[in-house]
Amino acid sequence: MNTDVMPEEVHDAMTFEKPILEAENVTIRYVDQPAVRDVSLSIAANKITAIIGPSGCGKSTLLRAFNRMNDFIPEANMSGHILYLGEDLYSKNTDPVEVRRRIGMVFQKPNPFPKSISRNVSWGPSINGYAGESSERVEKSLRKAALWDEVKDRLNDSATGLSGGQQQRLCIARALAMEPEIILMDEPCSALDPVSTSRIEDLMLELKEHYTIVIVTHNMQQAARVSDYTAFLENGNLIEYGETDQVFTRPAQKRTEEYVTGRFG
Amino acid sequence: MISGNLEKRHKIARAFRVLCATVTWASIAVLAVLLAHVSFEGFRWLDLGFLTSFPSRFPEQAGIKSALMGTLWLISFTALFSVPVGVAAAIYLEEYAEDSRVSRFIEVNIANLAGVPSIVYGILGLVIFVRFFALGRSVVAGSLTMSLLILPVIIITAREAIRAVPGSIRQAAFALGTTRWQVVRAHVLPSALPGIMTGVILALSRAIGETAPLVMIGALTYVAFVPEGPMDAFTALPIQIFNWASRPQQEFHQLAAAAIVVLLTVMLLMNAIAVIIRHRTERTR
Repeated sequence: MNTDVMPEEVHDAMTFEKPILEAENVTIRYVDQPAVRDVSLSIAANKITAIIGPSGCGKSTLLRAFNRMNDFIPEANMSGHILYLGEDLYSKNTDPVEVRRRIGMVFQKPNPFPKSISRNVSWGPSINGYAGESSERVEKSLRKAALWDEVKDRLNDSATGLSGGQQQRLCIARALAMEPEIILMDEPCSALDPVSTSRIEDLMLELKEHYTIVIVTHNMQQAARVSDYTAFLENGNLIEYGETDQVFTRPAQKRTEEYVTGRFG
Repeated sequence: MISGNLEKRHKIARAFRVLCATVTWASIAVLAVLLAHVSFEGFRWLDLGFLTSFPSRFPEQAGIKSALMGTLWLISFTALFSVPVGVAAAIYLEEYAEDSRVSRFIEVNIANLAGVPSIVYGILGLVIFVRFFALGRSVVAGSLTMSLLILPVIIITAREAIRAVPGSIRQAAFALGTTRWQVVRAHVLPSALPGIMTGVILALSRAIGETAPLVMIGALTYVAFVPEGPMDAFTALPIQIFNWASRPQQEFHQLAAAAIVVLLTVMLLMNAIAVIIRHRTERTR
């Protein structure tokens, strides 16, 4: 184990010149039970950042704080700040609807709307007043999500008839159609088979050219394969945050090492 | 090896199945007997003349035109008043209201209201709509009273339908940067529509058969005209049936039976429409 790096230094080491997202001393409680404890970390633009940790460590809660999805959980309350390009996402003047428009999300279980494939993609832009040709945007988004070739002949069929992996790529296309700057992914492959999983991982690598991706996963191989940076959470505490290579091969913390080598969790 | 009591468990399973089947078929049989009896008795009187004539002292000339039209007027206006209010209340309670003491108090009271005897609504309608708002014995007064009566049922069933829409759909929609109204309008309501429709039709079917509140607010028992506007006096099928059934002559009892057949037919038609709408919305959404 490396003893020459202290944990505080590890946190401080991960500062970026122009972070797109910054969490500052974020604590999130469900009623009185803290799920995320005093977490500070910044997310680099156009990179994939993975948040890993055992079940119930607060990684999903932290992720949902980035686009204010915790607003829908009345018991959840947050202290600290989350900055998006330097602006406080939780200030009084911030409209959460606007936040979610810019920071999209893909959920753990594929959740397409029970509508047609094309409507799934076009609904977000149309409701947000996008005036352009909607079929063009549908095609573009589906192409980006690597789904176009499979569905181009049945755009008006119900999305619920697609396979699980296709549904999840449709959900990614739906998020992309809003042209967000950040895409949050909450264990996007946990309900999928290995083939679909690897397709989505390839897709993420393509997408990072234009988007910033934050992915929560309990699959460590996945984090190691796709991410540039990895944050390890345990019990709501940020234990370690660093470049993925370093976190997996030369972790600074003993707990991290035990987790990534599969000794617990 | 564990014997598992398999024999005995299968026996219990079979017995339960027989029990369920017996109960189901027994109630259907009772209904069938009732229908057969009523149709048999009223069959002779059922013709076009019966539908297009006004009530009369002479059974041969008596018909249900005013009662049938009155019922249609009544039910249309009841739907007009109760559906928007009931669905809006359900949306508010499910999607907007915070889980506070007040909203729980409202919830409990709506459930209680569903159990209040209909005659009480009749008294309320008489005092408020007929007297206080001076609407008189009109279609509007009757419809408003009926609306009060069925609102709890509509609200409760609409809430159930809205609650059954998966939260993941709402989350997906919110994550695209949309307002609550947009989510409700585009996803929650379409998904809940079949359930809401079923509740509305069931509630209206209840209203169509209600007699007590109409008697209370003074719907007339002898009307020789068809209401031409919402402020006209009216009668309704159940009242006409009640009127005929309480006369001593056998012929009028048969007329009542015939009117019951018409009332049941109207109800069946409404239920059929509900099934069709349900089917359509489930396919296209």
